[in-house]
Amino acid sequence: MKNIRNFCIIAHIDHGKSTLADRLLDFTGSVTDREKQDQLLDSMDLERERGITIKSHAIQMDYEFEGEKYVLNLIDTPGHVDFSYEVSRSIAACEGALLIVDAAQSIQAQTISNLYLALENDLEIIPVLNKVDLPSANPEEVTDDIVELLGCKPEEVIHASGKTGFGVGDILEAVINRIPAPEGNVDEPLQALVFDSVYNPFRGVETYFRVINGEIKKGQKIKFVATDKSYFADEVGTLKLNQIIKQSVKAGDVGYLITGIKDAREVKVGDTITDSANPTKNAIEGFEDVKPMVFAGIYPVDTDEFEELRSSMEKLQLNDASLVFAPESSAALGFGFRCGFLGMLHMEIIQERLEREFNMTVITTVPNVSYHAFTRKDPETPLIVNNPSDLPDPSSIDRVEEPYIKATIITKSDFVGNVMSLCIEKRGQITNQTYLTTERVELSFDMPLAEIVFDFYDRLKTVSKGYASFDYTPIGMRVSKLVRVDILLNSQPVDALSALIHADNAVHIGKKMCEKLKELIPRQQFDIPIQAAIGAKIISRETTKALRKDVTAKCYGGDISRKRKLLEKQKKGKKRMRQVGNVEVPQEAFMAVLKLND
Amino acid sequence: MSGIYIHIPFCKQACFYCDFHFSTSMAKRVEMVAALQQELKLRKDEFKNELVETIYFGGGTPSVLKSEEINNLIYSVYEHYRVSDNPEITLEANPDDLSKSRINEMSQSKINRLSIGIQSFFEDDLKLMNRAHSAIEAEESLIMATSQFDNISIDLIYGIPGATDAQWLQNIKKALSFNIPHISSYALTVEPNTALAHMVEKGKIANVDDEAAERQFNMLVDELEEKEFVHYEISNFGKEGYFSKNNTAYWQGKKYIGIGPSAHSYDGKERGWNIKNNIKYIKSIQANKLPIEIEILTTADRYNEYIMTGLRTIWGVSIVKITKEFGEKYSDYLIQQSAKSRSQNLLIIENNTIKVTKKGKFLADGLAADLFMV
Ligand SMILES: Nc1nc2c(ncn2[C@@H]2O[C@H](COP(=O)(O)OP(=O)(O)OP(=O)(O)O)[C@@H](O)[C@H]2O)c(=O)[nH]1
Ligand code: SF4
Ligand SMILES: [Mg+2]
Repeated sequence: MKNIRNFCIIAHIDHGKSTLADRLLDFTGSVTDREKQDQLLDSMDLERERGITIKSHAIQMDYEFEGEKYVLNLIDTPGHVDFSYEVSRSIAACEGALLIVDAAQSIQAQTISNLYLALENDLEIIPVLNKVDLPSANPEEVTDDIVELLGCKPEEVIHASGKTGFGVGDILEAVINRIPAPEGNVDEPLQALVFDSVYNPFRGVETYFRVINGEIKKGQKIKFVATDKSYFADEVGTLKLNQIIKQSVKAGDVGYLITGIKDAREVKVGDTITDSANPTKNAIEGFEDVKPMVFAGIYPVDTDEFEELRSSMEKLQLNDASLVFAPESSAALGFGFRCGFLGMLHMEIIQERLEREFNMTVITTVPNVSYHAFTRKDPETPLIVNNPSDLPDPSSIDRVEEPYIKATIITKSDFVGNVMSLCIEKRGQITNQTYLTTERVELSFDMPLAEIVFDFYDRLKTVSKGYASFDYTPIGMRVSKLVRVDILLNSQPVDALSALIHADNAVHIGKKMCEKLKELIPRQQFDIPIQAAIGAKIISRETTKALRKDVTAKCYGGDISRKRKLLEKQKKGKKRMRQVGNVEVPQEAFMAVLKLND
Repeated sequence: MSGIYIHIPFCKQACFYCDFHFSTSMAKRVEMVAALQQELKLRKDEFKNELVETIYFGGGTPSVLKSEEINNLIYSVYEHYRVSDNPEITLEANPDDLSKSRINEMSQSKINRLSIGIQSFFEDDLKLMNRAHSAIEAEESLIMATSQFDNISIDLIYGIPGATDAQWLQNIKKALSFNIPHISSYALTVEPNTALAHMVEKGKIANVDDEAAERQFNMLVDELEEKEFVHYEISNFGKEGYFSKNNTAYWQGKKYIGIGPSAHSYDGKERGWNIKNNIKYIKSIQANKLPIEIEILTTADRYNEYIMTGLRTIWGVSIVKITKEFGEKYSDYLIQQSAKSRSQNLLIIENNTIKVTKKGKFLADGLAADLFMV
């Protein structure tokens, strides 16, 4: 055990975690030239295409240092805030962390939140100043920033480049010398932490774990503590680029387990694996049932495809246990599902996977958070409202509560004013302002989560010219003055377009929604009134005028193929529209509220 | 039957609304004519046994070439292709090029049809569109042309910002007073990347008004039908016997060879288009290389094209022809897809043929798209 090192790579988004992992794999000879590719550990198609890490990835490296053979278990983590629970479990599986900081961008919001997670778990932090090859790199200043944040010595900050491979030897040396070997007792009852799981269509769910005490053996009857379910360990092993089958994986080491489980929901990240006959008395701390933060309806564009959508969602859930869904119906859209997501990126990913992997054309409705409504009759029991149209009649409501978050934003001092006005517009209350350096400021706000869902990221980017990073943690429910803004198309209310909005902003947002819809709904053969209403009161109105003429004048030799292609495109667009009453509404109109400021 | 289209890529000045391919520099004119003749020669074997029944000079502005140059091009066609006894040979001409002597020259050539770019008889309209000719030239050219040619078509544009319905009616009446047998009429459209689009965007010119365009179109239809013009295609009206053979061939999916930069060709299965650049075109032809790009049409493509062009004509889309050429899958689909528009009285089926109704005429593109197989 003394020659094992378990460490994760943590950082803000895009600071180069996965690229640095590539270099570590190269340097230790863990991949052959033929296997090499950029961000090798980002194995999902979507990860590769978007250049982001969505899931944690573990890999084991063998490395000889000063005549000793070491086993290094590396876990690459996603940077995005939607996946912070996963990151926290990866952190809990390690004794040390490489904290990567981009030498051009310095410390950002997720650098700090991930650092705190690591410190809470008593991890040894190895600060790495990455991307020193960049012409815009600022090594001295950023090193100072790191030293100040960590209270370490400048010499402890390793300069590196995931691009050139510079500094990789130093990193490995630090991993061996600074990170403690795992402790733990092979003779104690099995106690292993689940930090990730992957769905394999042939072998079922592969569970990734870190053994804290005891050992996990092939054929052993094991039990998951949180779910209280037992299985036989059909196969165990360690994680090289390919899995290496072992007879057992012992305390201190990282490995995988196959039990024939077919549903990802049975394997919960953060759960403890133990021996079924001789269970540990101590479940590993920090387990949470991940709760969705953002909800939206997902409907098939073609109503006939409801069953197909259901089976696609079920399959998706097999490999993404954080997706939750329940059937619902909408007067406008028919049958679909109310889905819960970890955040906006997670929602986008699910929608994209449905379209790409399952070939489904879906409509996603305006996302919302989960509200608590209390009725006058029973002002103590919350009614959970995951869909605006489920909000009880206003006259029967005692109060409504909405989830709040603590938002942390790091930006340049030049943009503090802009960022503050944005957050205040978004109903935020500033709670703290700290100058990290003379130029960089950390701002904290308490604000409603719902405001983040509505075009917050894009606006933040704009007002800060891209120089702001953002992170948040939930801080509970607070009472809010919320009203439901309904949208009527051709005088018919379209439930899927309703949104809960703070009373003070409702008229303004209702107006903008009408304007946006007017822009998005193509002209049809009749005038289409578009109205926003609160209860029976119309607060805004626009009209999409009837289409009188679409035929273009000339259609001679040269125009025929060009024109055909144009009309083919138009028809394809129409196929993605949904008939609501007698109005054809394009897919993107249902998300219009998110883009009110475009 | 088959046709040859020859594109003359020069204009005196650029009309604000135009997105055709042309250059206002005549520097390469001699080389261009030579290249056009060379392309005619290079492609002489593309028609196997077909007789060439139409020759069409389009542009750009063909009338900027000298009569002699046009005649040489016609000569090249006769030299390399089998031409029928009585072909339709059309030349597009702008009023400012049509002097008395020029018209005389043309009447002595093989040209037997003129298509004159009048657009409007009002000075304001012509200025707004940056046409090269004046209102007086428009009238004079017609007086002279009608004295020598009987088969004449003119172009008129409606829906011009600022032009009233009354003005438009005067335009129609004026056109009719010359007793010409064919009128092509187009709504002014704002095409992307044109001067007009830019001016509309900047607010210098009011955007085109669909409602005015629709009213003016209906006025035109009523006036011309009363004078026994047949509205045989969305934007074309002709007296019996004077429909454009060349354009009708396009809509009926006949073969044609397009010569010159940006010209398109169709051989029944493939569509090709020449490069849209005068210099590159000339260079390539000089090297005996056709600067053409080719697209092979799938069955669905051909079906879609037939729907798109057929719905624009009085002949409509023949269900029998669809079954015969594309199969029952297509005709069944067509009938099923058209149900909604038929119930809205935008399309009708008559004698096994789908056509647009008067109500649907102005929406023909969208109606066609709805029937597409994609
Ligand atoms: N110049 C330079 N670019 C780098 C370096 N390391 C990473 N990059 C680039 O930075 C971008 C982000 O790199 P990733 O390795 O995907 O970053 P990440 O931290 O894993 O990103 P997430 O997993 O999405 O949080 C990519 O375009 C890399 O090519 C480096 O050392 N130098
Ligand atoms: S004359 Fe014809 S081709 Fe030339 S610019 Fe005007 S409209 Fe276009
Ligand atoms: Mg990554």
